[in-house]
Amino acid sequence: MSTAQNRIPAPEPDLDIDGVTRRSTLKWLTLAWVGFTAATVAGLTATARFMFPNVLFEPPTRFKAGDPSTYAIGVDERWKEKFGVWIVRNTDSIYALVAVCVHLGCTPNWLAAQNKFKCPCHGSGYYVSGINFEGPAPRALERAEIALSPDDGQIIVDKATRYLYERGQWSDTKAFVKMA
Amino acid sequence: MIPRWRQIQESIVESQLWKSIFRVGVPNTNRKRVLAMLGNVVLHLHPVKTRKSGVKMRYTWCAGGVTFFLFLVLTFTGLLLMFYYRPTVEYAFVDILDLREQVPFGIMREVHRWGAHAMVITVWIHMFRVFMTGSYKPPREFNWVIGVILLVLTLLLSFTGYLLPWDQLAIWAITVGSNMASATPLIGLQGPGTGLLKIGDIPLVTSTNDARFGLLGGRFVGAGALLRFYVLHCVGIPLIAAFLMAVHFWRVRKDGGISGPV
Repeated sequence: MSTAQNRIPAPEPDLDIDGVTRRSTLKWLTLAWVGFTAATVAGLTATARFMFPNVLFEPPTRFKAGDPSTYAIGVDERWKEKFGVWIVRNTDSIYALVAVCVHLGCTPNWLAAQNKFKCPCHGSGYYVSGINFEGPAPRALERAEIALSPDDGQIIVDKATRYLYERGQWSDTKAFVKMA
Repeated sequence: MIPRWRQIQESIVESQLWKSIFRVGVPNTNRKRVLAMLGNVVLHLHPVKTRKSGVKMRYTWCAGGVTFFLFLVLTFTGLLLMFYYRPTVEYAFVDILDLREQVPFGIMREVHRWGAHAMVITVWIHMFRVFMTGSYKPPREFNWVIGVILLVLTLLLSFTGYLLPWDQLAIWAITVGSNMASATPLIGLQGPGTGLLKIGDIPLVTSTNDARFGLLGGRFVGAGALLRFYVLHCVGIPLIAAFLMAVHFWRVRKDGGISGPV
């Protein structure tokens, strides 16, 4: 019995080799891994941020579209190539349709003879109003914000703000310009 | 006459140059054969011994091997195409036409294109074969996952390469395809949960910092998208795929050899 008790070793003193102990090893190891992880995360974040430039060389979303009087009744395609917008005038208002098919993002064509917008990719069709009536398009074309400049009376279109038919936004004051 | 021939042969085989290349001599014993395999960086990826079933075409269809062969063909032809093709809006399309009309062996682009189509097909056939022979079961389940990632990378190579001719088909196909990135949860502009990410009224995810923008380098398929897809197609994805292929082949060897019962 007493011999068994004698066999229990006394707790070893923390081994100290040239000032390096178990405790200091763990401390530095933890510090090293935390530092390494932080540096890795910072590096990856910087790399991800690198992919998003500060300046874009794309046409501005907001542009002046000329005097309202230059628009005849019907669909006007003069800004389609540059800004991707149709300006449509009917008997009492002018509105701006964004020329991006709401199905998968192609650019529809205006078919004057058939009086409709038709997407060449999958055949979605829209009325002059922008409301979809054929093909896979799930909703109407989007309208861009439109207003008259207080300075010179020109039409100002801002594609950054959209008005959606299915949310009842087409009657908002900035979704169209009232014409006499 | 004959002794002199022997002398010449011996002086070659005993030379430092010869021995530095062929280290184990004639592999006429099993031990030497194993050493020859292990001492060569290309051969060491392959099994030292192959099962009889492993070389049966009826069993493996060699679909994985054909896929790898096509990858090598595509790497080589792709490298040749890079000597002429410039990934800019101004030149991309005309360079593709010139590759066909003005460059000797104008078929090179077609080899690359048809090879790419074939690789997409063979990689599916390979997957089908592995599934039908039950070769995804333990201990090969890890390699199945590597294989699935390689399948996705193959499709991404196909997708990124599709934009490079810069014709109408390419532009609109990538427009349609990349719009899917808008639906990425939390980091896509129209993705689920993205609407919740905002400070006050200011949304954190906009059309200039969402997943689709990161892919295209712009708000629509333009010069930025062409360059990004070019870099991904020629450097980024092939590097990842080559690394994973090495892992794939290594694991085939380590998990009981090619197909067959473990």
